[in-house]
Amino acid sequence: MGKTISEKILSEHSGKDVKADDFVIAKVDLCLLQDGTGPLAVRQLEELGIKRVVNPQGVAVFLDHAAPSPRKELSNDHITLRNFARKTGSYIFEIGEGVCHQIMSELFTSPGDVLVGADSHTCTGGALGAFATGMGSTDVAVAMGLGKTWFRVPRTIKVVVNGKFKSGVYAKDFMLYLIGSLGAEGATYKALEFTGEAMTSLPMSERLVISNMAVEAGAKTGIFASDKITKTYLKQHGREEKYREMKSDKDAKFEKEIDIEVDKLAPMVSLPHTVDNAKPVDKIGKIKVHQVFIGSCTNGRIEDLRLVADLWKGRKRDPDTRVIVTPASKDIYLMAAKEGLLEAFIEFGAAVTTPGCGACVGVHGGILGDGENCLSTSNRNFLGRMGNPKSFIYLASPATAAASAIKGEITDPREYV
Amino acid sequence: MKLNGKAWKFGDDISTDLIAPGRYFHLRSDLNELAKHVLEDADPQFASKVGKGDFVVGGRNFGLGSSREHAPTIIKLAGVSCVLAKSFARIFFRNAINIGLPAIECDTDKIASGDELEINLENGVIRNATKKIDLKFAPLPKAMTRILQDGGLVEHIKKHGDFKIE
Repeated sequence: MGKTISEKILSEHSGKDVKADDFVIAKVDLCLLQDGTGPLAVRQLEELGIKRVVNPQGVAVFLDHAAPSPRKELSNDHITLRNFARKTGSYIFEIGEGVCHQIMSELFTSPGDVLVGADSHTCTGGALGAFATGMGSTDVAVAMGLGKTWFRVPRTIKVVVNGKFKSGVYAKDFMLYLIGSLGAEGATYKALEFTGEAMTSLPMSERLVISNMAVEAGAKTGIFASDKITKTYLKQHGREEKYREMKSDKDAKFEKEIDIEVDKLAPMVSLPHTVDNAKPVDKIGKIKVHQVFIGSCTNGRIEDLRLVADLWKGRKRDPDTRVIVTPASKDIYLMAAKEGLLEAFIEFGAAVTTPGCGACVGVHGGILGDGENCLSTSNRNFLGRMGNPKSFIYLASPATAAASAIKGEITDPREYV
Repeated sequence: MKLNGKAWKFGDDISTDLIAPGRYFHLRSDLNELAKHVLEDADPQFASKVGKGDFVVGGRNFGLGSSREHAPTIIKLAGVSCVLAKSFARIFFRNAINIGLPAIECDTDKIASGDELEINLENGVIRNATKKIDLKFAPLPKAMTRILQDGGLVEHIKKHGDFKIE
């Protein structure tokens, strides 16, 4: 019997021939901590009496959720993490260097890796053919301290996507559609594997969107087979030697297969307060937007920023709609500066903020007022997510967000692209 | 082990943002203070009402969202002895067991706020004393039972020096 990508990676890392539903103890290649979950992981390691990490070259600590720190308590958490990284020899990424998942993808995650992160969107790494999943602080503390963790090998749902994306429709729209049809727990405990011509032709920037949001359907990971696009991406980041082929065997056993024709998809919007409350943009009526947020580990990449700048060229934001743009990493920020995108954003009337999680997590950098609506390119619209339980979050693609910033209401981007 | 207490009922899709809101992000290294806000956006008075040993009872997909382990931790710190739901989000479920908070999947439609429950973790029965009915639940996977019986993952590793889940 053949194996899925997840079964292959977990067999390799456990030294056993394992299949879906088996419980395994697997070696961990990469661990991720961020400033919201990292301090607790550090305290749990101390509680365990463990003073070192097994593989410091595989541990990355990110100061991204509160960057720069808006409060003394968080500044003290940052001190805890800096000290931990110094003592253990782990990598630390300072405020302004960007969102953990973007940097992990640029610098660390490789096909065939096992990556565990104390952040639910760690599944982003699946875009590179890694087995990447989010866990809590204690799990990641133990993974750092022992170099391994336990898993139940997930069953895999094969998502076969054929056809061609229509103009104005992106990976984000596809993912909102898929989460809407699976439901927020439609893939709980499962791996999603994405294949079919509409997926294999997607650039890495778009694959990362899809893997990033797998957890919003409950999935343990959202994985792509590695291919020449993976190889090119690794090469662009100076890691070509890390490429290896990872794909499911032809006779692998999938729990089920979902077939989607992407030609039929319209731009999608997730309405408050769950991600699976997704509807086509032309079916939601007139919705005023007080704030547009373009950024996050889902859609703050250079490709997103280029598209937005292009759409905003020669235009101004609606006077009643404020706009925040947060590049996902320092490198993206630099590229945006060199390409004149920042200029375009500022002229449009947007506020450009420090690379990091920004407004997405409700800590700072764009907290909403009572009764306000935000159209965000991020991945979650739960009540209170952006810092105020009396506000409303809508999720969409960067194109929809950019179009909406011009009109001041949620707008079909096909009017502009 | 038998647990006794009162049920506090919540609906479907109780996210970690409702349990441990992001606006209290700065309290994550002061868990007792954070616990004063537990489930605040689902029931603003919950933290002041809940009694020692009580149960949080949810609907479907309890704990969806972020990986913040602070969510089950402050539920436990508030005095709750067990969380029951029709289904749990994966990371929340694993986190709950890791910090020694039992999480049980069962038909929570048969439990209302204020019901007095007695839960027998070994034989998988919930006695709803108020409604005079018994509810059954499937045992945890063996790996998780081992971790929970040791009092959580930190205690488990301290005791065995390694994973001992088989």
